[in-house]
Amino acid sequence: MINGKRVLVIVPAWEEAESIGDTVREIIDVLPEVDVLVVDDGSTDRTSDIAREAGATVTRLPYNLGVGGAMRLGYLYAKTQGYDVAVQIDADGQHDPRYLPKLVDRLDESALVIGARFAGEGDYTVRGPRKWSMLLLSFVLSKLAKRKLTDTTSGFRACNRDLIELFASWYPVEYLGDTVETTVRVIRLGYKIEQVPVAMRPRAGGTPSQSPARAMIYLGRAIMTLLLALNRR
Amino acid sequence: MRLTVLTAVTGLLVLVFIFELLRRRQLREKYAVLWLSVGIVIVPLGLFPRLLDGIASSVGVAYGISLVLFLGIVFLLLVCIHLSWEASRLEEETRTLAEEVALIKTEMSKREHSND
Repeated sequence: MINGKRVLVIVPAWEEAESIGDTVREIIDVLPEVDVLVVDDGSTDRTSDIAREAGATVTRLPYNLGVGGAMRLGYLYAKTQGYDVAVQIDADGQHDPRYLPKLVDRLDESALVIGARFAGEGDYTVRGPRKWSMLLLSFVLSKLAKRKLTDTTSGFRACNRDLIELFASWYPVEYLGDTVETTVRVIRLGYKIEQVPVAMRPRAGGTPSQSPARAMIYLGRAIMTLLLALNRR
Repeated sequence: MRLTVLTAVTGLLVLVFIFELLRRRQLREKYAVLWLSVGIVIVPLGLFPRLLDGIASSVGVAYGISLVLFLGIVFLLLVCIHLSWEASRLEEETRTLAEEVALIKTEMSKREHSND
């Protein structure tokens, strides 16, 4: 319970055996008052077992669906178990759970609170096409939301009960759709969005995807996702 | 004349094949209707290839056969798009099932633990 609200932390995890244990233990250490649900997105390694041993509730998809698929399952769980707040935290340990109460506090004002990397706190930097994509996305989405959103693809976000119910039945499975399209839809439905500056840490395990070619593809997909999202009703 | 035999036989074989699939319940009715009607259109055209010449010249196509080829490609394109759509829908359905299965399993293991 935080501020009298039942809070569920949803951790989507795919092949994260290396880091999931530490991530879960840290969340439970720092915030004993929240429940942790690890959604194992069809991993072939020991992600599920390690998460369970670390003290999380684990739900396992029979095959890999992608972050969007894992998150919808997380929200479905939050909905059926009657949680008031759901917070997404990445399994690789780059999100610091100490910021979580800050995000949850802001939920009195907004329906969706994004933990943003470029809002002053910490020294997270990106360059090249990846930076252009992020600038483009934050420019368009800030216009839509009528407030500054600097990090729209952040996987560190908290939402209230209304959005839990929405996301339990509607959550895009496509890459980038999970962050960008949901943000557009939430704005269109008239909910408030805001961001809270957070510092990101280096990933505990796995390798970040950062080659120039990949970054260009990422830019293309970002534009495509954005165009589609803006043209949907 | 030999060409006529080839096309007519092909048309008939397709018809028989579809009918057989239907008979063994391998094809959903909505697809069966589609392919059966294709077969029924194709067979007379195989026998009388000049059948469409009149319609063809009225829309500016010199030969009836060219019109058939054109319409055939458009039709196949539409079928492909339809199949992509169908596959997307099936993926969405299996996604929902996967989620339900995961939830049920989680619920079950929770109950087992509370019984221990």
